[in-house]
Amino acid sequence: MVYTKRTDGRKMDQLRPIKAEVGIIPNADGSALFAYGDTVAIAGVYGPKHLHPQHLQNPEKCTIRCNYNMLPFSVTERARPGPNRRSKEIALITENALSTVVDLDRFPGTVIDVEIVILQANASTRCAGINAAAMALAHAGIVMKELVSSVSIGKIDDKIVTDITKEEEDHDLGGGATDIPFTICSNSKKIVHLQLDGKIPTKRFNEAIDAAISACEKINQYQIRALKGEKIDENK
Amino acid sequence: MKINSVRIPNINKRKIIESLGKNKRLNNRGLLDYRDMNIELGISKNAEGSARVKIGKTEIIAGVKLSTQEPYPDHEDEGTMSVFMEFSPLCGERYESGPPKIDSIEIARIVDRGIRESGFIDWKALCIKKNEKVWSIMVDIYCINDDGNILDASSMAAIAALQSAYFPRYDEKEEKVKFGEFTKNKLPLTKNIPFQMTFYEIKENLLLDADREEEDISNGRFTITLSQPKNEKIINALQKGGKSAFSSQEINLMIENSEKIYDTYFLKIDNQIKKLIKTKN
Amino acid sequence: MNKEERKIVVPGEIIVSGEKYLPGDFTIKNKEDIIANRYGLVDFGERIVKIIPISGIFEPRRGNVVIGTVRDISFNGYNVEIGGPYSAFLPIMECPRFVNKENLLDFAKIGDSLAFRIVNIKKPSIDLGLKSRNLGKLNDGRIIKINSHKVPRVIGKEGSMINLIKEKTNTEITVGQNGFIWIKGELENEEKARDAIKLIEKESIFNGLTQKVEEFLKIKEK
Repeated sequence: MVYTKRTDGRKMDQLRPIKAEVGIIPNADGSALFAYGDTVAIAGVYGPKHLHPQHLQNPEKCTIRCNYNMLPFSVTERARPGPNRRSKEIALITENALSTVVDLDRFPGTVIDVEIVILQANASTRCAGINAAAMALAHAGIVMKELVSSVSIGKIDDKIVTDITKEEEDHDLGGGATDIPFTICSNSKKIVHLQLDGKIPTKRFNEAIDAAISACEKINQYQIRALKGEKIDENK
Repeated sequence: MKINSVRIPNINKRKIIESLGKNKRLNNRGLLDYRDMNIELGISKNAEGSARVKIGKTEIIAGVKLSTQEPYPDHEDEGTMSVFMEFSPLCGERYESGPPKIDSIEIARIVDRGIRESGFIDWKALCIKKNEKVWSIMVDIYCINDDGNILDASSMAAIAALQSAYFPRYDEKEEKVKFGEFTKNKLPLTKNIPFQMTFYEIKENLLLDADREEEDISNGRFTITLSQPKNEKIINALQKGGKSAFSSQEINLMIENSEKIYDTYFLKIDNQIKKLIKTKN
Repeated sequence: MNKEERKIVVPGEIIVSGEKYLPGDFTIKNKEDIIANRYGLVDFGERIVKIIPISGIFEPRRGNVVIGTVRDISFNGYNVEIGGPYSAFLPIMECPRFVNKENLLDFAKIGDSLAFRIVNIKKPSIDLGLKSRNLGKLNDGRIIKINSHKVPRVIGKEGSMINLIKEKTNTEITVGQNGFIWIKGELENEEKARDAIKLIEKESIFNGLTQKVEEFLKIKEK
């Protein structure tokens, strides 16, 4: 059977209902929430600040230090608290993506701590986390060339779809689903994070890029609106 | 997790102590008053139960996950519970990533004792097959914003999450839990709902619900968890924390005050939670 | 452009396009576009377009009056906490004449707060000084913290806002450019002043701020 209709009825290029808001953590220098449907991520930014221990400091630049944490009850079967290999990898790709747009020369020898917490998970958690982190960094007054936006593009059967859910990820007809998370800069459209898990013919990859660029443009609009003070909740 | 120390200006310390001398707190609160409270339920859909509690600007999220396990020896027909607490580094500047430090371990254990000893949970009703399989309740508590009194907010969030939790489906034939499929059955809870109150000591003044600055100035604290199964109030947990030394009169006074605070606040909070549960159905 | 009408922009946003415009603080120019590099309020000059930050850490400037708390005492001066990733230091030679290596503790202890002037900046080190009339140890009162970027609104044009608060609450107030503010008066008045300042911090980017503050102080008078 061919994938003609998405499990939740969305169009192939349609995002799930978005929730976006900034300023949700009073103590943080910057904070934000970003959700695709049932996947909810919050991010808090502290810094630039001193980095302890001092030997970890880079005297010439500011360091972005990310931590990615899924709450144990954010998933169907309880996840043991604490970092694991997956969360460390996600923290690294997030750091790398954000570091490309942040001006790291302004406060050499300091650190910007970005903490991402997943409150509820239904696939695309790393993308929701990056979207929240980008908003939180901006909200914290960090000097950045542009924002970054992140989305998971999927290939299910022969269709390229935007913003895949867990149900779609688990879809096993046609050789299984392929998950391709992208993070793209809002102005330059440069790709600062890209991973692929599955299989896709080389000739079709360009479609995934196009879908990602288009989706990220839409996501960027949500991020901008939230930063300008709107409390977006398309679930209501 | 590293917790960095913070310096409170001496004049602020003096101001707080000066106010207490006049029986006042900054922000016009009484010594035994809570800040504004807000409770939300069902804030994390994959959890069997979840709650968000805000007391003033302090925000705590708790989630309940259920699974099955072999019972402990000597408790072959009773379910189990574990409480785990963590300060997320996003809750305040002083917290940095790392394994839980003693502060969060102590909080988890105090919250656990209050719930366990009150008889709030009917352990025997969590038995699936004696000696072989029982339900195991895992409560995870996270601090999202720290403005003091994480202790009591954690307890409130854990209890609210338990009250709003539903069992996942248990497939008798396969003898497995079908995670993600929820039933309409709530946890076997009794009406012995625990209520935890912590008094913070500042120069021999005893305050309820300290904010971040008050807590930083305080020498120590005393936590009392009460429940009222019938007409009498029962103490289910006590914990003296920090470096204060209390006289027996002070302990008795705090116990007396805790009964009054229970009467003033507990019913209100409990009714609010029950109303929220009703509207969710 | 009227101060009250400034718009919020976000990083990457094209503020305006046109050859005549020049990129000011926190903006860059790409071909004809002036692009924002920081979340904040746009300020249009005749040709220069710049961003006024509304969030973020304190950015020190020589001459700034700042309020800080003594964190540590070393052999030749005081290490001071002024917020942000800075190491601020008050050397003995900037202290009153009677202070020397033997009696540092007599002048200021750990936890004491003072109003300083920033004498020199070699990021992340900042040298502090006390040689001016309204600087020095802060006794009594309390210190509150707001975001340093809201300080201009708390002070107001030529001090109009802060003077309004001082008058209506009968308090002494010293505003540090680093967002640390010292308030001294009767207990209730200190709280009124604090709440008024917190109100400004919250509402600073919206219209009608002065009116809101006046109304708040009037209500509190009753």
